[in-house]
Amino acid sequence: MSKEDKHLLAIDDEQVILDAVKRVAGSEGWQVSTAADAHQGLDLALKNKYDLCLCDIKLPDMDGFEFLEHLNRTNSPLPVIMTTGYATVENAVKSLDLGAIDYLPKPFTADELLSALYRGFRYVQIQQQQQSKPDPNSLIVPCPSQYKKLGYASWCFMDLDGSVKIGLSFLFLKIIGVIKKINLLPMESEINQGFSCAEVEAKNGLVHPVVSPLSGQIIQRNENLIENPEILEKDPYFEGWLYVIVPHNLNYEINHLTFCCQ
Amino acid sequence: MFNKISFKLILTIVVVAILVFTGYAIITLQTQTNLVMSQVKNFVNTQSETIKNSTKVSMLNNNRELTHEIIRTVGQQPCIRQVRILNKEGEVMYAADTTEIGKVLDKKAEACYSCHASDQPLEKLTISERVRVYRKHPDSTRIMGIINPIYNEPSCWQADCHVHSKNQKVLGVLDLTVCLKHVDQEIASVRQKMVVMAGLAIILLAAILWLLIQKFVDRPVKKLLTATRQVASGNLNYNIPDLGNDELGILARSFNNMTRKLAEARQQLFQSDKMASLGRLAAGVAHEINNPLTGILTYASFLLKRTKNQPEIHNDLQVIVRETMRSREIVKGLLDFARQSIPKKIKTDIHQVINRALTVVENQLTLNHIEVEKKFAPRLPEVQIDPNQMQQVFINLISNAQHAIGSKVGKIKIKTTLVRLSPYGKVQIKQALCPKGHDLMDERQRIDGLPSIKIKVQLDGQEGMVYLDPIYGRNHFRSEISVKNDDIKDIVCPKCNISLIDKEQTCPKCEAPVYLLEIPGKGQLQGCFTDDCQWQYWDFIEKQGPRDYIEIKVSDTGCGIPPEIIDKIFDPFFTTKGQQGTGLGLAVIWGILENHEGTISVESKLGKGTTFTIHLPVQTT
Repeated sequence: MSKEDKHLLAIDDEQVILDAVKRVAGSEGWQVSTAADAHQGLDLALKNKYDLCLCDIKLPDMDGFEFLEHLNRTNSPLPVIMTTGYATVENAVKSLDLGAIDYLPKPFTADELLSALYRGFRYVQIQQQQQSKPDPNSLIVPCPSQYKKLGYASWCFMDLDGSVKIGLSFLFLKIIGVIKKINLLPMESEINQGFSCAEVEAKNGLVHPVVSPLSGQIIQRNENLIENPEILEKDPYFEGWLYVIVPHNLNYEINHLTFCCQ
Repeated sequence: MFNKISFKLILTIVVVAILVFTGYAIITLQTQTNLVMSQVKNFVNTQSETIKNSTKVSMLNNNRELTHEIIRTVGQQPCIRQVRILNKEGEVMYAADTTEIGKVLDKKAEACYSCHASDQPLEKLTISERVRVYRKHPDSTRIMGIINPIYNEPSCWQADCHVHSKNQKVLGVLDLTVCLKHVDQEIASVRQKMVVMAGLAIILLAAILWLLIQKFVDRPVKKLLTATRQVASGNLNYNIPDLGNDELGILARSFNNMTRKLAEARQQLFQSDKMASLGRLAAGVAHEINNPLTGILTYASFLLKRTKNQPEIHNDLQVIVRETMRSREIVKGLLDFARQSIPKKIKTDIHQVINRALTVVENQLTLNHIEVEKKFAPRLPEVQIDPNQMQQVFINLISNAQHAIGSKVGKIKIKTTLVRLSPYGKVQIKQALCPKGHDLMDERQRIDGLPSIKIKVQLDGQEGMVYLDPIYGRNHFRSEISVKNDDIKDIVCPKCNISLIDKEQTCPKCEAPVYLLEIPGKGQLQGCFTDDCQWQYWDFIEKQGPRDYIEIKVSDTGCGIPPEIIDKIFDPFFTTKGQQGTGLGLAVIWGILENHEGTISVESKLGKGTTFTIHLPVQTT
């Protein structure tokens, strides 16, 4: 990726965070514009062309959700990564519902920020590629119709016995690139909807969290993936599953999911 | 006074009684007077007949002296005022009062009027028509007069004197007058008696009514009034004592029911308010702390990335990053703890929940060679629980048991039974207040893991704290000083020193003074804590009677819990697992069971194992 082209708009009412984003993202070649509130951010977003936006949820006067809604109304193509110090499932789900492409809970490390920005940038790239000149050679693995998803990254499939299978979407895998390693949580761990349930380490050194589509307890994990992470890329929807979980609150959480093929 | 129901009722009834009694007395008196008067008339008539007959012989013999003598003798009787015999012309022939002899009475005189009213004198008259009652003066006694006509008889015209011819019908009249003084006195005395009796009856009636109204209306209404005032002033724990089975009793019971429900609603509101403010606080703290943490974490981790070839700085930075990450986890845990949601309860088979929890941990247990023994009671009733939260409870308990067993060979036993428990020794007191509303719960002094109730006892010359057992009736209380029956001077709230002694009652077992604590929404708790008496009474709970519970015992053959920390295991952030645990597991279990009105208790023998006992109430409705 060319270093000069990447423009990031960061919106946060905390100067230290704007400074940190500027410093960290700048080191990876991002040009960062900052805004201390959503009004200013919206002005900038509509006036200039940015590749990506990083926006805090809790902002004075107009919050991050309203910012997203305004942006949606103007049909702005600007992809937004939401971030907040009050990381709840509700916030995560609402962000994704309102069209944010990712959700980054504070406090984050430099690597977490960079991987989120990278995913955002790749997401835009892939979207643009598909719209402008679909590559006839590129293979798109479609998601089975009965699968559901939260955001674009992970899918889940409810089995008849009440357990749920969880895995990664083809789009997510395409975004992060070639996988070097996958880190799964130990058996019996609790996972929460909207929060990270695994880490995928890409060849380029970035570590990407996997957003869990449901809450529950892990009762089985795909040990094959640890040995052969390439299974994921070959068959993300069947052989490449991550966990089988016993869901905690399926009836409620299912409302946050959308059909995977949409 | 004049507005009181009792006064109005009594006044109405007294007025009605006076009217009824007066009417009754008037009618009775009238009848009795008439009866007496008719008897008097008959009597006087008989008397006059007797006089007439006794003079008959002397008349026939024309013995005037004897006739005079008889009349005079008769006239001397005390009650007889006048005896006269008049001839046809109205001339007084004989009289007890000799001055009247020779007088000629006018036919219009009161004695003659009854016969001579019409032009032709009547010859036959009934008794009543011959009797006259009159007064000489308006204030003198009444007098009764009777006219007795002397008819012509064969012996009269056949007598030798030939005074009377055969065709005369009436020869003269005997006029007898008697005074009615005694009769009138008698009637007056009867009337007086009746008035007195009626008065007494009315007073007695009013008194009995007053007593009954006091008992059945006044006092219950007063109690109801006190209760409404108490409730109006905000005391929703006020309970009206039993007022019997009449309408007021039913009213009192439904009133109690209403206030109880109000108190529960208020309690729930209070509880959810507390949870909401805790949630807001946690959210605020999380947000505020997470921002500076982001600053530290990004810069530190960024620096870490760029110092890979400077091992010394790199290591130091690693510590900073690691510790900041740890802070991040702590804040996250705090948020999770504050977010413990209200349970979504549905009717559930508890065995299904336990089996699901076992499925989750099965692999781990098999790997560690831990045997699970299930002893499930057949046909347990379903319970109203949140299956997810309860599953969490069992997963936490089983994995705790597994950690306690460690790498040794061990066994986990899960046993369910249906038990019927008296509230005594079962129900936990979660809140207790002094009359001024100070919270008496003490989080630091715990009894078997539960916050105790702290009160201060004052004896002669010394004072000390007493920590009451929060389990009703179990009485594992701790006292700083020894308390004897007769030296308790006062029991007070440790915060405001207000007396907690129940002035209306002493201990039914040892007669020592008893304390009285407010349990918000759940009535009042009374109890005694002398060295050898442990009486407690909680009206609210006792009235509910024994309840059905599902008892679940989770036992392990692990290392046991040391007695010195057993009190702390349910505290948030208390852990024995060091870095491995958050210290929230049992605290979360505690919170979940509390939300289900259930309880959890622990028994442990060091080196032998631990048993957690859960009681979940079975809803009867």
